[in-house]
Amino acid sequence: MQALFDEFPVILEAFWLTIRLTLASGLLALVLGTILAGMRVSPLPVLRGIGTAYVNIVRNTPLTLVIVFCGLGLGLVLDVSFSTSLSTNYLWLSIIGLSAYTAAFVCEAIRAGINTVPLGQAEAARAIGLTFFQNLRLIVLPQALRAVIAPLGSVLIALIKNTTIAAAIGVAEASLTMKTLFESHGDAVVPIFFGFALGFLILTLPTGLLFTWLSKRLAVVR
Amino acid sequence: MTENGDTTPLVVLADVNKHFGNLHVLRDINLTISRGEVLVVIGPSGGGKSTLCRAINRLETIDGGTITFDGQPLAAEGKTLAKLRSEVGMVFQSFNLFAHKTILENVTLGPIKVRGIARAEAERRGMELLERVGIGAQASKYPAQLSGGQQQRVAIARALAMDPKMILFDEPTSALDPEMVQEVLDVMIGLAQEGMTMMVVTHEMGFARRAANRVVFMAEGQIVEENTPEEFFTNARTDRAKDFLSKILTH
Repeated sequence: MQALFDEFPVILEAFWLTIRLTLASGLLALVLGTILAGMRVSPLPVLRGIGTAYVNIVRNTPLTLVIVFCGLGLGLVLDVSFSTSLSTNYLWLSIIGLSAYTAAFVCEAIRAGINTVPLGQAEAARAIGLTFFQNLRLIVLPQALRAVIAPLGSVLIALIKNTTIAAAIGVAEASLTMKTLFESHGDAVVPIFFGFALGFLILTLPTGLLFTWLSKRLAVVR
Repeated sequence: MTENGDTTPLVVLADVNKHFGNLHVLRDINLTISRGEVLVVIGPSGGGKSTLCRAINRLETIDGGTITFDGQPLAAEGKTLAKLRSEVGMVFQSFNLFAHKTILENVTLGPIKVRGIARAEAERRGMELLERVGIGAQASKYPAQLSGGQQQRVAIARALAMDPKMILFDEPTSALDPEMVQEVLDVMIGLAQEGMTMMVVTHEMGFARRAANRVVFMAEGQIVEENTPEEFFTNARTDRAKDFLSKILTH
């Protein structure tokens, strides 16, 4: 137990990195996922094809593979660099992997939301002369997003837990830090494990509650 | 029957054909709509009335023939088509108001986003139109808070806000409770009297008799008969039309 209190600042810092990973990847995934969803309902077959292929490939690839590819493939072999600091560089590479992966799930959630918007409203929007993009931006997506707030919350919770895979390329988020602490406090692995598990609960449970509340508050009345 | 003395037809359909798979829904349709004319399209379900209506602003594409609006052939998807659609109002059976926008926003969205009119001006004009269809007091509510008849009147105001050259009505009263039909028909009759060019798919004979210049009877994808409302309802020329009328007049 004592180890948990002694190492509290280290644990806090690890979770702070987990939170930053989640926020950055979540935001990027939301943007990319929305674009992908737009592509999947586009009138252009090429865009639809690219969107569908992306979702099917990325969603069916293990996240560890994606993260390792980002770290070693993009980072080491292809020399993609965001920063001269090695740790910052790997942080960004893992954010890319996490957002690319999560975007596929965001896309599918939003696409389900698009299906809840009655076709007639999109037709009415076309009938007053809105272009495809205006229609998507002003009529379809605002309602689609509000319909899928709860599923997007689940995607976000999955993302919070998935950030632990960034450990595979040495990003010192919660799970890698836990492993390090196991090594330095071999007599306290059980309390340390429960400490970290509790840390994740503190992040995920309120997220779930917040999104449930938001989904009720923002629901479109039909 | 003319607007600004312009006697060129507003809509010309020539040899229009359309299939849904094996179903031939529009067969060699030839139809001209003049400026200021009120045309009622009547006929059995599945006869192609709605498809015809929707083809005019290209919500349905056609397989053959041409549709010309105001001298221009209908364009394929894109900016030109969007511009054409902004000049053709459309009122749907199921109202199709934007559920996440207020009544006033439903009416001002097109003018602001498509026409680029300033918000204040669009709202002033929007309120004017809402007053005119009798919904002014509900401007800040959401569609789900209104009755069907009220929603349909908002849909008409939304179409009018674009200053369209024509309005298409696709069974505007079919989804309404009986006691709400008249309030919508009254607004439509008012429009007809002011000279709006209208194509109305409907079974409301009262409306056809009071407001229409011409009745087109469609069945099995074809125009079977074109007639004046009075002649059509009292003395239809074709057996198919007589048969249809005998069924709807007796209930």
